[in-house]
Amino acid sequence: MARAPQTLFDKVWQRHEVCPESTATPAVLYVDLHLIHEVTSPQAFALLRERGLTVRRAERTLATMDHSTPTRTAQVFGGAPIAIDAAAQIHELEQNCARYGIELLGLTHGQRGIVHVIGPELGLTQPGETIVCGDSHTSTHGALGALAFGIGSTEVAHVLATQCLLQRKPRRLAVNLSGRLATGVTAKDLILAIIARLGISGGTGHVLEYRGETIDALDMEERMTVCNMSIEAGARAGMIAPDETTFAYLAGRPRAPAGEDWERALACWRELRTDPGASFDREVAMDAAAIEPMITYGTNPGMVIPIGGQIPQRPGDAVFARALEYMGLSAGEPIKDHPVNVVFIGSCTNSRLSDLRTAAAVLRGRRIASGLTMLVVPGSQQVKRAAEAEGLDRVFLEAGAEWRESGCSMCLGMNGDVVGRGQYAISTSNRNFEGRQGAGARTLLASPLTAAASAVRGRVTDPRELG
Amino acid sequence: MEPFTRLTSRTVVLPAANIDTDQIIPARFLTTTTRAGLGERLFADWRYDEHGARRAQFVLNQPAAAGCRILVAGANFGCGSSREHAAWALIDHGFRAVISTEIADIFRNNALKNGLLPLTVAEPTAAWLLAHPGAALTIDVEHGTLTLPAGEIVSFPLEPFARHCLLEGLDGLGFLLSRAAEIDAFERRT
Ligand code: SF4
Repeated sequence: MARAPQTLFDKVWQRHEVCPESTATPAVLYVDLHLIHEVTSPQAFALLRERGLTVRRAERTLATMDHSTPTRTAQVFGGAPIAIDAAAQIHELEQNCARYGIELLGLTHGQRGIVHVIGPELGLTQPGETIVCGDSHTSTHGALGALAFGIGSTEVAHVLATQCLLQRKPRRLAVNLSGRLATGVTAKDLILAIIARLGISGGTGHVLEYRGETIDALDMEERMTVCNMSIEAGARAGMIAPDETTFAYLAGRPRAPAGEDWERALACWRELRTDPGASFDREVAMDAAAIEPMITYGTNPGMVIPIGGQIPQRPGDAVFARALEYMGLSAGEPIKDHPVNVVFIGSCTNSRLSDLRTAAAVLRGRRIASGLTMLVVPGSQQVKRAAEAEGLDRVFLEAGAEWRESGCSMCLGMNGDVVGRGQYAISTSNRNFEGRQGAGARTLLASPLTAAASAVRGRVTDPRELG
Repeated sequence: MEPFTRLTSRTVVLPAANIDTDQIIPARFLTTTTRAGLGERLFADWRYDEHGARRAQFVLNQPAAAGCRILVAGANFGCGSSREHAAWALIDHGFRAVISTEIADIFRNNALKNGLLPLTVAEPTAAWLLAHPGAALTIDVEHGTLTLPAGEIVSFPLEPFARHCLLEGLDGLGFLLSRAAEIDAFERRT
């Protein structure tokens, strides 16, 4: 009997079910790859010790440090002092990894970086895998056709101890995209437009599958940008079916299968695409060709407009009014040309080589506006070296920007890289919550193209108009 | 973890929708390596001004909030970062339940792992609760009911395994460990 058509999600889920769910109990789901970092793992290891447990599959676990680590070269490599709290977290991760035999890409390791940048970069992230991490942007790895989602620290302990998680099966939501992105419009603008359409809780309880010709035409790094922000629509995971673009990206990466294993893996990965006729719990369709460069104006990623548009008016909405008050912006006014104090190019959304190339292309031969601070923070040490090999660091430095070691940096401002109170930052990261980039900081989320163009003028700038 | 069977308490109301975990506990307080003591940092940027002084008008700083164990909030509570510190801070402050029309997925999971009940109600009940701060409510976990001050009983959805864990004071790890034979078999198969 022919089996019922399945979605990409259904296939990956089914292959990892240790015990299916019942009315009384959730499914036991096997985790192929567990990524850990210094901020959300210490309490998980403490829980293991409290319960007298150990790590079940250390070789399925990889640790790195990114969230609270410094980005100044002197602090990473030169022995300059690091904030005491961060040093304690770094030390604790080193100790935990040594004790349980977990591989650690530590502070000075050449392959260290933001956890969601290094997984794909090393070829560890592979189609059909289940991947979890104590970080909500684990959804990034779904770009390669993995089922990848963020978990809390107690669940980190569950995975360390059992290599499994208790999960209720989420619903499936197809995001069907047609048309090619216009010039000046990037994957970041695409996902911001999708979030605007779904709403910031529209994906709650769902796994998204991004599909259609728009997605087929994106390269892997662009797909990662899209899947990265699935959580900003409330979805824990976003997935894209693996195709030739995926396979070409993975081929030859250090931790990807090689030789006969590669051929076997490939055969397996080709089976993963959603079957014709498979059904989703919900579907939405969007015309990607109509999307313009997008920018946020408020305090959540759903408060987003095309860059040439006006901030909406919502009379009587107190929460909306409070968000605008925090941002120091007024309903009905345009966002374009608003002065900017800080530009941040970085984060697991937009810190890969292609993002840096995009920003550098705008800045080449130009200088950033006077009085503006610009931070360029590569997603990993490998991205940093690759960028330096093609001279991108010099482009940024000559333009007046700072060029740093890799890490989360100003995306969440844990390591001292913060935006000042009341200042406006155009940021290529993923969250514009109150205080996200520093207490009182005002974040405008946008693409690397828009961020770089705005750095040149010191004002919110439509990259298509910079000339 | 303390079992959660029944709770009677007055409510504290934060009417804003989309309260994200960066508001519940800002990132600069995640530099800890333990779970303890985060209650002081709960809603830090709303509770304290830039000099660290309490903002008198913020609801958690008002005398009526003392001892309240139920938080009522606008839709989509707990969205954003997966930091379990948000659940730890709420519990450390003394909360045992959060009521909203909608609660974000990761926060919900984290709350349940720590005996904090994420309780969702329909719009009319939520609207009444948001309009009546300080209302005395009784939550019955076993029967999945919420009793309003006038005696009206509203039932709320609770996934059966989550109910079991709350009633017994468990985080689910024991259940996973009890499946060791199935996990072994799965690993041999794949
Ligand atoms: S870059 Fe930002 S969003 Fe990404 S993992 Fe780091 S803190 Fe989280």
